Amino acid sequence: MEKLIVSPSPHVHSGDSVKKNMYGVIIALLPALAASFWFFGLGALIVTLTSIAACLLFEHLIQVYLFKRPSTISDGSAIVTGLLLAMNLPSNLPLGIIIIGAAVAIGIGKMSFGGLGQNPFNPALVGRVFLLISFPAQMTSWPTPIISRTAYLDATTGATPLSVVKGGLISGTPLSELMAQIPSYKDMLIGTMGGSLGEVAAIALLLGLAYLLIKKIITWHIPVSVVGSVIILAGIMHLADPEVYPSPTFHVLSGGLLLGAFFMATDYSSSPMANKGMLTYGVGIGVLTVLIRTFGSYPEGVSFAILIMNSFTPLINKYIKPKRFGEKPAIQKAYKN
Amino acid sequence: MLKTFSLGGIHPEENKLSADCEIEVLPLSPVVKVPISQHIGAPAQALVKKGDIVKTGQVIAKSSGFVSANIHSPVSGTVEKLEEVIDSSGYRRTAIIIKSEGDEWEEGIDRSPEIKREISSGKEEIIKRIAEAGIVGLGGATFPSHVKLSPPPGQKCELLIINGVECEPYLTGDHRLMLEKGEEVLIGVQLLMKALDVKRAIIGIENNKPDAIKHITNLSKDIEGISVQPLKVQYPQGGEKQLIEACIGRQVPSGKLPIEVGAVVHNVGTSYAIYEAIQKNKPLIERVVTVTGKSVKKPGNYLTRIGTPVSDLIEAAGGLPEDTGKVISGGPMMGKALSTVDVPVAKGTSGVLIMPDELSSRKPVQDCIRCAKCVSVCSMGLSPYLLMALSERAIWDSAEEEKVLDCIECGSCSYICPSSRPLLDYIRLGKSKVGQIVRSRTTQQQ
Repeated sequence: MEKLIVSPSPHVHSGDSVKKNMYGVIIALLPALAASFWFFGLGALIVTLTSIAACLLFEHLIQVYLFKRPSTISDGSAIVTGLLLAMNLPSNLPLGIIIIGAAVAIGIGKMSFGGLGQNPFNPALVGRVFLLISFPAQMTSWPTPIISRTAYLDATTGATPLSVVKGGLISGTPLSELMAQIPSYKDMLIGTMGGSLGEVAAIALLLGLAYLLIKKIITWHIPVSVVGSVIILAGIMHLADPEVYPSPTFHVLSGGLLLGAFFMATDYSSSPMANKGMLTYGVGIGVLTVLIRTFGSYPEGVSFAILIMNSFTPLINKYIKPKRFGEKPAIQKAYKN
Repeated sequence: MLKTFSLGGIHPEENKLSADCEIEVLPLSPVVKVPISQHIGAPAQALVKKGDIVKTGQVIAKSSGFVSANIHSPVSGTVEKLEEVIDSSGYRRTAIIIKSEGDEWEEGIDRSPEIKREISSGKEEIIKRIAEAGIVGLGGATFPSHVKLSPPPGQKCELLIINGVECEPYLTGDHRLMLEKGEEVLIGVQLLMKALDVKRAIIGIENNKPDAIKHITNLSKDIEGISVQPLKVQYPQGGEKQLIEACIGRQVPSGKLPIEVGAVVHNVGTSYAIYEAIQKNKPLIERVVTVTGKSVKKPGNYLTRIGTPVSDLIEAAGGLPEDTGKVISGGPMMGKALSTVDVPVAKGTSGVLIMPDELSSRKPVQDCIRCAKCVSVCSMGLSPYLLMALSERAIWDSAEEEKVLDCIECGSCSYICPSSRPLLDYIRLGKSKVGQIVRSRTTQQQ
């Protein structure tokens, strides 16, 4: 010891790091990833690897050659974006389209705003919605689970529960008949239904959520408020007219609601900072999701709902502050004991 | 259920390495350096000069205002000189250097080990003698205790809260004091109750000290009005505002003192010092200092005379370990890193923590990822990420609106930050700038 190190307090650190959080999200996605391999086989593997590799490559290229800064791909955030993008894609999507999606997600969604922590929108969703609008046919053809395990581009496709219900309702079929055409709630819970890679297996997503909460990577506020507000709003509508409005269970188990609520809406930089703000944001996502699914032209609305609420995040941060200590005048009550 | 405060909080590794080490009396150092400013408020005025002979317990520097404190000689001997020494804050401050010769005490100080239980002093006399004995808050804030015992007109104290939380990791001095000097501490509490004219006192102790909770509960069960409140182990439980809320559920409003909600808080160490001052006529010339650290050979709790160089304490604990990177006066969350081990022990020195090299340097700062963990751990309900950003950009009016001055500097935000951002460093800068602006505004208005 030559000289003593002097720095202001605190002198200890929790040991938490950006990497730990990013790799934590990846671990939390593993059950859903495993489920996607189980249901969609080869296609899921190709889509996931392509998406992750493309995201890493674009981040590296932009960071090193455009920004002239050290590469940031080891922090894990590009892997998270790649993985989340893949989770939002059908397993029979051609390579070229996946790469375009990754370029938009990383290039426009993330790096154009300055990289990690600066993005106002969830990068993976920016990529996904770009693809949905640019390649509507490829982005809405969903391979049927299990039977397409060895297929990639030639996978057998079918409708998702959401599109069956949406199409049926438009043509005037009563909901009770439509519900007979879609998988049972048990199958939807396990994931035996058409859909994107990561959204089908509700149980796997719940496992991931448990990990995120236990490791304190996220707090409960956003997932609970998104799912809770969907249950309440869909529940009221369902009670009002059960032949037109599907049940809350259907809303929760179908489409990308759980994937969105647990993994997409909770993206750090595009979600609010205060607990009350997170709840407001979550309720906004839940309500918009039900409204888009019910009254919009797309069968699914989670991605749009999250992106719309992402745009409100700065406003929410400005006007909804954390509950401050001693903000309210103290209640002078007689001390009892 | 254990009580706790309502917002934020963290749980760092407790590392109470010296919790089972009995308080040992540290041998006198040949030379002590007694700073004349060891408290919040005006520095004391030195009453001695080079060559003066002083006795242990003699006043050597006099309180220079209402918010100030007397300083007594911790040893007997000859005043060598008055000179500037570096204190634990890193600043140069005037100190009285005394060469220790023998240990001859001022007359009238009762040094016998018998516990004097009978309280004969009245309210005014207790406060006066606390002031004379130079007692300041020994939890680390060093606010002169007599000031806290004189509530401003119109405000009434309803109850006394005694801080036995010791929420800083590593530190164990208060814990040992409660175990070994519990009865004296409780007499101190009764003296404080009398001084404040209150019927109730709550002693808050964190639940990681079950032996102290049990001991103090047993000792206090026959004393009317005193109760022990076990508290959840959660940092910063010992923060004054947090402790009040945990114990009685009232939040001290922003910018106000605890008396606003009818409470006054004193530390267990202070209570012990008050017992000694009133019952034994002994001024504040020594305190318990925990010397600790993962590489320290013999962590322990030492009854140390004020002015003793920190290096002597380290020697007593087995010497400075090879791998030392940092020496901290106080605990790891709020303590001050020392630039040299020659710094003298002062009234506010609760511990000497030695950190190994690999734990002493900060990790590289990364960009904020807006994870909101700093917001969720802030026990004052602030937005540390925002306060740092505002301070970096010198936007002081917004920093004031965002209540930068409410920050208690507990360090939970910097502790939790995954990007290792120096949140508290910038918030301190913001506090000092906004504080200046607010003060100059008040002066202009007057």
